[in-house]
Amino acid sequence: MRRIAWTHYAAPQTFYGLAGVCWKPLALLALALALAGMWVGFMVAPADAQQGEGYRIIFVHVPVSWMSMIIYLAMAFWGVVCLVFRARMAGMLSQALAPTGALFAFLSLWTGALWGKPMWGAWWVWDARLTSELILFFLYIGFIALTSAIQDPRRADRAGALVAIVGAVNVPIIYFSVKWWNTLHQGASVSLTRSPSMAQTMLWGMLLMALACWVYTVAIVLYRTRSLILQRERHADWVAQLPELNPGLRP
Amino acid sequence: MSALWSLLRRDLLLALRRPSEVLTVVFFFVVVAALFPLAVGPERATLRMLAPGVLWVGALLASLLALNRLFEADHHDGTLEQMLLSGTPLTLLVVAKIAAHWVLCGLPLVLLAPLLGVLFDLSGDALGVLALSLLIGTPVLSCIGAIGAALTLGLRGGGVLLALLVLPLFVPVLVFGAGAVEALAAGLGSGAHLSILMALLLLSGLFSPWACAQALRIALE
Amino acid sequence: MRWESWSAFWHMGGYAVYVWGSVGVSFALLGLEAWWARRERERTLAWLRAEQAAHAHDSLGGQP
Repeated sequence: MRRIAWTHYAAPQTFYGLAGVCWKPLALLALALALAGMWVGFMVAPADAQQGEGYRIIFVHVPVSWMSMIIYLAMAFWGVVCLVFRARMAGMLSQALAPTGALFAFLSLWTGALWGKPMWGAWWVWDARLTSELILFFLYIGFIALTSAIQDPRRADRAGALVAIVGAVNVPIIYFSVKWWNTLHQGASVSLTRSPSMAQTMLWGMLLMALACWVYTVAIVLYRTRSLILQRERHADWVAQLPELNPGLRP
Repeated sequence: MSALWSLLRRDLLLALRRPSEVLTVVFFFVVVAALFPLAVGPERATLRMLAPGVLWVGALLASLLALNRLFEADHHDGTLEQMLLSGTPLTLLVVAKIAAHWVLCGLPLVLLAPLLGVLFDLSGDALGVLALSLLIGTPVLSCIGAIGAALTLGLRGGGVLLALLVLPLFVPVLVFGAGAVEALAAGLGSGAHLSILMALLLLSGLFSPWACAQALRIALE
Repeated sequence: MRWESWSAFWHMGGYAVYVWGSVGVSFALLGLEAWWARRERERTLAWLRAEQAAHAHDSLGGQP
């Protein structure tokens, strides 16, 4: 069996090409999945016995929450690759992931608030998951602020990598401490998760929307990384010869 | 080891000659503790309830104030590069810096807290647990904060950036630290909270110096 | 199909503000993100073209 040359795509030039080919079909796939998910969630799934039609927010809230956490793990993963293998692409991928992750974290908080208001009467409840999500949002903002503040790209990559790793290691500790804090102070837990006995269609709707978010993330990160590559590698010959910069040239 | 001690002694001596930093931390802590009752009213039950949180947040923010300058002075006069180039493992030197920071900024808070707790009408037991929780918790703050200080070395807007990076990581310490005193007040006993704080101290004590050394290398290379 | 009419769909059992507020803002912000990424790329390309033109001018057709 032929060994896949992963390291082949670790070079900015080859990654640029790969990303250029992949992002558009992925974006279309994300759109299709989102439409399918919205269809199942809003047209097929039944109303909830207790929450009526209002529960349908979970078809957005749960996928964006999942993605905000998965993206942070991905950032930490690429952070490890960046520090251990000193790979430039890993650093760029981490930085490309951060804005999308931060956005998903914000949307998780926004949709959580809009769900909480009609259901529990308050725009914000200090339940363990929402509070942890808020802290995750701050971790993202910290990462973005730090990497933006550092001029040297290599230092920015490596500092960001360390922040992502330290943050990822701390997220379980933070979550545990917030959960502890919450149960001590509140007694009965106010949970925004659904009960186990969920209709099949509801699960399908959430799954499709989660997939849509994931594919969208891959697409936009690939697209954004291309811009990062252009900025970082601007002195390279291959950049100067790109068709985007030489409109007259025929390949 | 001797390098560790000499660095620790040097930092303490330097701080003694320029006590403004230590005084800033202490002053801030006292001011926070004094302002809160003025803001929420003199009702003793309310103050007793708020005290653990207020004093812990005050201690946390006071520690943050001094973290900025953990490596700043050494970075300016080139001592930090010397430390990097010297034969002594950087991790060991970082331990010395963190220890100095705690002695100068954490320990005063631990000693002051019971006095300030009296302002909030805390019982004797509660004062004891408060001091103990701060004793265990403030070194954790120094350890975690040092990583942030190393990462933001020399950056403009460093203070705010440092706070942003480090405050999410402080949350567990805050929760268990203040929670220990509150658990005591609720009759549940502070043992569990203090044990978890100890665990956090062990974890951060083991890993933070190494992570901080890596951060220094990243900042200085 | 779950809904008797389109107006019932938009009404969402009284939860219209919350449901459509969530869905709407989510799609809007994600769309904004995509637009922003595209704008970033166009600005990068424009900047690179300007740099290229400046270098060509400097080196007068010689090696960059």
